[in-house]
Amino acid sequence: MKITQGQFAFLPDLTDVEIGKQVEYALDKGWAVSIEYTDDPHPRNVYWSMWGNPMFDLADPAGVMMELEACRREHDGKYIKVMAFDSAKGWEAVRMSFIVNRPKHEPGFELIRAEGEGRSVHYTLRSYSSSHPRVS
Amino acid sequence: MNKIDNAKITDMKERYKSGVLKYRQMGYWEPDYEPKDTDILAVFRITPQDGVDPEEAAAAVAGESSTATWTVVWTDRLTDSEYYRAKAYRVDPVPGTPGQFFAYIAYDLDLFEEGSIANLTASIIGNVFGFKPLKALRLEDMRIPPHYLKTFQGPATGIVVERERMNVYGRPLLGATMKPKLGLSGRNYGRVVYEALKGGLDFTKDDENINSQPFMHWRDRFLYCMEGVNKAMAETGEIKGTYLNVTAATMEDMYERAEFAKQLGSVIIMIDLVIGYTAIQSMAKWARRNDMILHLHRAGHSTYTRQKNHGVSFRVIAKWMRMAGVDHIHAGTVVGKLEGDPNVISGIYDICRENHVPQNLQHGIFFDQPWASLKKMMPVASGGIHAGQMHQLLHYLGEDVVLQFGGGTIGHPMGIQAGAIANRVALETMVKARNEGRDIWDEGPQILMEAARWCQPLRAALDTWKDVTFDYASTDSVDYVPTPTPA
Amino acid sequence: MTILAEVHDETVDLQALYKQAGINETIETLDRELVGLVPVKTRIREIAALLLVESARRALGMQASPPSLHMSFTGNPGTGKTTVAQRMAEILHQLGYIRRNHVVSVTRDDLVGQYIGHTAPKTKEILKKAMGGVLFIDEAYYLYRPENERDYGQEAIEILLQVMEEKRDDLVVILAGYKDRMDTFFKSNPGMSSRVAHHVDFPDYGAAELLSIAERMLEKMNYRLDGPAEQALSDYIERRMRQPHFSNARSIRNALDRARLRQANRLFAGRGAPVDRAALETITAEDIRASRVFSQ
Repeated sequence: MKITQGQFAFLPDLTDVEIGKQVEYALDKGWAVSIEYTDDPHPRNVYWSMWGNPMFDLADPAGVMMELEACRREHDGKYIKVMAFDSAKGWEAVRMSFIVNRPKHEPGFELIRAEGEGRSVHYTLRSYSSSHPRVS
Repeated sequence: MNKIDNAKITDMKERYKSGVLKYRQMGYWEPDYEPKDTDILAVFRITPQDGVDPEEAAAAVAGESSTATWTVVWTDRLTDSEYYRAKAYRVDPVPGTPGQFFAYIAYDLDLFEEGSIANLTASIIGNVFGFKPLKALRLEDMRIPPHYLKTFQGPATGIVVERERMNVYGRPLLGATMKPKLGLSGRNYGRVVYEALKGGLDFTKDDENINSQPFMHWRDRFLYCMEGVNKAMAETGEIKGTYLNVTAATMEDMYERAEFAKQLGSVIIMIDLVIGYTAIQSMAKWARRNDMILHLHRAGHSTYTRQKNHGVSFRVIAKWMRMAGVDHIHAGTVVGKLEGDPNVISGIYDICRENHVPQNLQHGIFFDQPWASLKKMMPVASGGIHAGQMHQLLHYLGEDVVLQFGGGTIGHPMGIQAGAIANRVALETMVKARNEGRDIWDEGPQILMEAARWCQPLRAALDTWKDVTFDYASTDSVDYVPTPTPA
Repeated sequence: MTILAEVHDETVDLQALYKQAGINETIETLDRELVGLVPVKTRIREIAALLLVESARRALGMQASPPSLHMSFTGNPGTGKTTVAQRMAEILHQLGYIRRNHVVSVTRDDLVGQYIGHTAPKTKEILKKAMGGVLFIDEAYYLYRPENERDYGQEAIEILLQVMEEKRDDLVVILAGYKDRMDTFFKSNPGMSSRVAHHVDFPDYGAAELLSIAERMLEKMNYRLDGPAEQALSDYIERRMRQPHFSNARSIRNALDRARLRQANRLFAGRGAPVDRAALETITAEDIRASRVFSQ
C-alpha cells in the first residue's frame, strides 16, 4: 500500500528540484523548515524522529537539501517528511508537510475490531512495521 | 417637520408627560455620541415608510432594539435610562439606492448577558424587525468589543488544532456530502463514506436533513459510517472523519447521539443552524469538553440572509457562530451553485479566519473587528463545485477551507473512489503549482490538463464537468464600489 | 539574467552580456566606495571577465564542470576586504553564479564549538544559512591551531572542505586575513589551498589615499576640515602609519570619531556665544592636534 499522508501524496514523487521549490516557498514566508523520519507512519504517530532542529533563518533551500541528502543516506528505508513551521501569532504551528522518502515496501496497517455491546465496534490500527521493531 | 419638534427633550416634566413622543425626542438619536470602546455597534440598512425621515427611523430602531416601547413610561425614571438607551449616532444614504439608509447604533455592554447569543439577538433582531414604520430592515454588520467577545468560548477546536488532529497541513481539506441526501440504507450509506474516504477525501458529510428517518436510523448510520472511516484509515494511513449529524428534536437526543459518536471514535460531529442559538452553544461546549470538531450546516439561513433589504447578513451570522463556538461553517464558494458575490464571500471568510478584521466597505465589513484570540473557524465551501474549478477555488478561498465536492465526487463516471482521486490530485497539483510561483489564475486550466495526462480520473472529471458554471448575478452584493481614479 | 538571450547563430555579444549583467555599475559603486585599491579592482574586473566568458562558453555548450569560485582576500585590517566581498557577491549574483545576493560574515567562534560534538552542528548551521550566497570567513587561519592537537578547528575545516567541493553550485567561500598568516595557513592545509581559485591581495593605503578616505567619511557625516585642519590630519596620518596597530581606513574612522568628540567639547566649552552652522560642521586643527599621536 502507499501511505497518502502529506500535502503532495497523490502526485508522482517530487524530484529534488521540486522539493527545493516547495522549501523555497516556505523560506520566503519566513517559516522554519525541518526534516523528520520514522519507520512507523501510524496516522496518530505524531512525533517522528527529528533530523536535527528546525532550520531557522535560512535564505536558500540548498541548506535543507543538504540535510535531506544526509538524512536519506542514513535512513533510506524509512519515511522522511519535510515540514514548515510558522511562528506567527495565531498559528505557531506546522504549515506544510510532505513525504519525500518512503520504503520500497510499505507494510501498512492491520485493522483490529473489538466488538462491544449494541453492535458497537472499537477500532484499533496497528502498524505492521511496529510488530517487527528494527534494531538500530 | 420643524426643528424643535425633533430635538431631544431635556426638560424632565415635558419628557415624561404621558403620551407618545418621537423616538428622537425621547433621546434615541444622538448624532454627537462617540461610541465607547466597550459598546456593541450595529449597522442596519433601513427602508423607512414614506414620510418617515431617516433619523427618526434610525432612532426608532435604536429604541425598539433596546429600552423603548411605543409610549412614554414613567418607570423609565426608576432607571438610569440615559445609560441604557441605545443611541443611533449616524445615518448615511445607501450609495445608489434611494430610500435606503445605513443607520449606526451603539449599545452599552450592560444591555446584554455575558456569553449568550440568544440574549444578544433577542435585542438586536427582536421585535424591531416587525416594526411598522419601516418597510424593511437588515442587520448588515456588528462590532463586538473584546470585552464582550471574551465572555464567549469561541470555536471548540479551531483551525490550528483541527489541522493537528487531522494531520493535514499546507492544503485545503477535502470533503463530500453523501448523496442522495435521503433514502439510502445505513449499509449503503457507509459504503459511499468508505469509497470517498479511501479515494482520498479527508471528510465525508451527512446532509442537513439526515437525522433518524424510517430508511436509516441514526445508530445504524453511525455504526456503518465509522466502519467506513476506520477501514479507509487503515488503507491510506491518513486520519479520516465523517460529520455525524446529531441534529435531533431535543437536547437530550442530541447529547445522546453525540456521546455515541464519541464512543465510536469519531473526530467530528455536525449540527444544523435550525437547532437554534442556545442549542448551538450547548453543543459547542460539549464539543470543547469532548475534543470533538463541531461542524455547522447553515440550513435555513437563506430565509433571512439573501435579500439585501431585509433580514440579517450572513457575515453577522458568521460572527455570532464564531462566538457561539462552532468549528466549521458553510460560508460560500463564489463559483458554485449557491449565492455568493466574491466581495461578500471574502468578507465572510475574513470573519471566520482572521484575528483582526479591518473595516472594508467593499467587502461589506463596516467596522474594525478584533477577535481577541478567539479561535479561527474553518469555512466550508460546498454546493456545485468540481475539480475543474480548483484554481479559482484556491484563488478565492485560500488554503484554510474545506472544499466539499458532493456531486463532484459521487457523480464521477468512473466511480466514487475515482471522483475522490480526481479532486485530491487536482487540489495537490494546484497547491504545488501555486507554491512554485506559477500564476494559477491564468494557467489553472492548463495546470489541470497537465495532471490529467497521467491521472485518468481527473481527465474524466474535467471532461464531464468542463462546461458547468453558475453565472447568475448575486442578490446579496455590496453597495460600496471603488471609485475609479483617473490614471 | 538569461545568457542564452544573447546567443545568436553561435556567436555571443560579450559587451551586451557585460552591460546586461550590470557589472559596470557594481564596479562603479566599488570605485565610489573605495579610494585607490587599483590592483584589487583590476583583479575583480579580471575575475568578472573570466566568469562572463565562462557563462558564454556554457551557453554555447562548451565545458560543463562549474568553475571553482572560492577566493582568498589577503591584506591588513581596514583595507576594504569586507566591502569588496559584498560587491563580489553582487557580481556573482548578477552573473548567475550564486542565487542570493548575500554575504554571511563569520569568524572562528561562529564555526568552532567548545566541546566534543559541538563543532559539526555549529559549522553546518552557518553553512546552511550562507548557502545560495557567499560565506566570508575573517581571519580564517584561526581555524587551524597546530599547537593544540585536539583543537576542534580541524573538524570545521574538514566540513568546510567537503561543502566547498561538493556544493560548488550552492556556496562561494571567501577566506580573509593577514597575508603572511594566510600563506602559512594554506601551506599547512593543502586541501584548502587547492580549492581556492582566486587570490586577491589588498595593499595598504598610501598617506594621500587615507586623507581622501577621511574626506569622504567626513562628507558623509556632514563635517568638513578647515585649511589648517587638513594639514593637521595629513601630519596625523604620517605619524599614525608609523605606529603599531595601524589598520588603514579603520584607524582613520576612529581618529575622526575622536576629533568629532573634541570638536563637540570645544563648542560646548565656549557656549556663551551662539554657534552657527559653519562652526557646527567644521573640524579645526586643534581638534586633531590634541591627539595622543602627536605627543608620542
